[in-house]
Amino acid sequence: MSQDDQSGDKSMQAFYRGMTQPRLSRQNFMRGAGAAMMAALAPQLARAETVKDWKAWWASQKPTKEFVFANWPLYIDTSTDGKDRPSIDAFEKQTGINVTYKEVIQEDAPFYAQIAPVLKSGQPSGYDMIVMTDGWYLTELLMQKFLVPIWREKVPNFDKYAAPSVKNPPYDPGNKHTMVWQSGLTGIAYNPKMTKREITSYEDLWDPAFAGHVGMFSDVQELGCAGLLKLGINPTTSTPAEWEKAAATLKEQKAKGLVRQYYDQSYINALENGDIWITMAWSGDIYQANSKGYKDLKFVVPKQGAVIWHDNMCIPVGAKNPLSALEWMNYYYTPEVAGMVEDYVNYICPVPAAKDYILNVIKDPAVANSPLVFPPQSELARVHEYYAFKNYADYMKWNNIFNPIVQS
Amino acid sequence: MRQARGFLAPYLLSLPSWVYLLAFFLIPLASMLGMALAVGDPISGYTMSDNYQEVIGAFTGYESSFVRSFWYGTASTVITLAISYPVAYWIAFYAGRHKSTYLFIIMLPFFVSFVIRVLAWEFILSDQGFLLGPLKALGVLPESFRILSTKWAVIGGLVYNSFAYYVLPLYVVLEKIDRRLVRAANDLYAAPATAFIKIILPLSAPGIFAGFLLVFVTNVGDYVNAALLGGPGTYMVGNVIQDAFFQSQDYPLAASLSSILMLMLMIAILLYSKAFGTDAIQEYAA
Repeated sequence: MSQDDQSGDKSMQAFYRGMTQPRLSRQNFMRGAGAAMMAALAPQLARAETVKDWKAWWASQKPTKEFVFANWPLYIDTSTDGKDRPSIDAFEKQTGINVTYKEVIQEDAPFYAQIAPVLKSGQPSGYDMIVMTDGWYLTELLMQKFLVPIWREKVPNFDKYAAPSVKNPPYDPGNKHTMVWQSGLTGIAYNPKMTKREITSYEDLWDPAFAGHVGMFSDVQELGCAGLLKLGINPTTSTPAEWEKAAATLKEQKAKGLVRQYYDQSYINALENGDIWITMAWSGDIYQANSKGYKDLKFVVPKQGAVIWHDNMCIPVGAKNPLSALEWMNYYYTPEVAGMVEDYVNYICPVPAAKDYILNVIKDPAVANSPLVFPPQSELARVHEYYAFKNYADYMKWNNIFNPIVQS
Repeated sequence: MRQARGFLAPYLLSLPSWVYLLAFFLIPLASMLGMALAVGDPISGYTMSDNYQEVIGAFTGYESSFVRSFWYGTASTVITLAISYPVAYWIAFYAGRHKSTYLFIIMLPFFVSFVIRVLAWEFILSDQGFLLGPLKALGVLPESFRILSTKWAVIGGLVYNSFAYYVLPLYVVLEKIDRRLVRAANDLYAAPATAFIKIILPLSAPGIFAGFLLVFVTNVGDYVNAALLGGPGTYMVGNVIQDAFFQSQDYPLAASLSSILMLMLMIAILLYSKAFGTDAIQEYAA
């Protein structure tokens, strides 16, 4: 029996005791009300039985003809009429597996909140594969043992074709549970017409000449990294003492009135409208802004380096068709399929060989030669991974240091 | 038997509302209060405590957000009242047979999603947008002038989004006012302004009161306007709660702050209804 069950029982006892006591003090009443609520939640909080021997578990799985794939919107190749997804169609034809593709992930946190209680109760989430960004929620899925370890022998293409930048990431050493779907860079974007000069450094986000027209991210994981990089500190290996220093420099930036707003995704509108001249930015957004007509906007990997994030394919526990998921992973990690997807998605492709496929077979040099989709090795050498949180306390320490910047 | 049934009838008839209250209000409320008292973290789970100090302690560090929420809430509600009263008055008294058309026009923007409407303002009010751009080019406004990312943008957004919610209750009471009372006042040599202050304003007080509650409570807890139209230093309690919930996953903090906000709103409403409550209004009207 898990800890949660026991506490549920204990509080249930407290509840009954409280209910049968002749004189109900207010405190006991409050506790009773809380206990009633916790008792109501108890079945949900009960832990799923964890599989001990994953090797045996995998061996006991039988191939199925179904595959349910949960992904983010606009994250797979789609025909112009929106009816066909060529990479999925080809997979179905090749394997005879029927794919149910669901664009249900808008953001990591709400999606996590949606599946976590289900997984915790030991129920299947209904998905065989989900795509999660590296960061706290993926770490939490791993800590809770909500992800099935990948049977690597079934995915030989990963070892053959995956870019060095997506192998052995700090958040999942040895790619035991995750394989990258797409990556992206967090760097700086600017409008040269407004800044009237080249931007090369995080220092430029602190330039008083741009006061009131600097955009920063409200996501504290990103914001903290920007502060660290400005001070020349590598976020991946940073320490709490360095986080404090980064927070101090970010506070100074705010106090001087440089920051216009701490943005979520909406920074891109502000940049397109000219409200902000220079901003923290995601590479994929700038690529899309460029191709929809905002040609002036530029994305740079600053001299201190950019941050690389990864959206990862992973198999949630309780998946009904895990072998189909492995099959899909192996299928995706080929130049042809990754190229097909990449030509539509335009983030950073985890398969470098897809570049030649897009150039020679699909014949789309705009994508193949874009440094935003296939960054040159010299740029990838200058990118940093997020700091991987060790536990919840570690995560809260980061939050408590950086939250006040956005919140006060 | 028959009597018993008659006695029970009102309770049975109100059963659906009780079930509704229980399912969508009391149980979530108990669950929120319970969570506020819980200790633990999302990985190892939560246990109950009876540490009320902890709940109250959540307030420290977020005082400024609370103050800001109440100040934005009050300001936006007062401004909404000032704007919607004349509109409701005009529709009720002068719109004739087109009343429902005008009400429909006021409701029309509300058929569009809330977030889309706020985003539209972000576009309209942008520094070089079609509103401020030409004014700046003509030199009417200084180049550095901006509306977005200020507290006025947030308050403006709140006003815009609550406009219809104030017009409707005001319209309902104004429409019901017996016009003969106004005519009688005029016959007794009351100037139009006096008639308005002595007759119409007191009779419409229940609408002012109801609309104020409706708009004030919603606006104090809002976080979308601050997130999209605000800037650094416009963080409201709603935003802090959202962060605590989705970013830090600090559910006890989120629940504590929500409970505190609810308590404060309840006290504010009690004081408000004590001061301007329906009893007082009726006395005044009489």
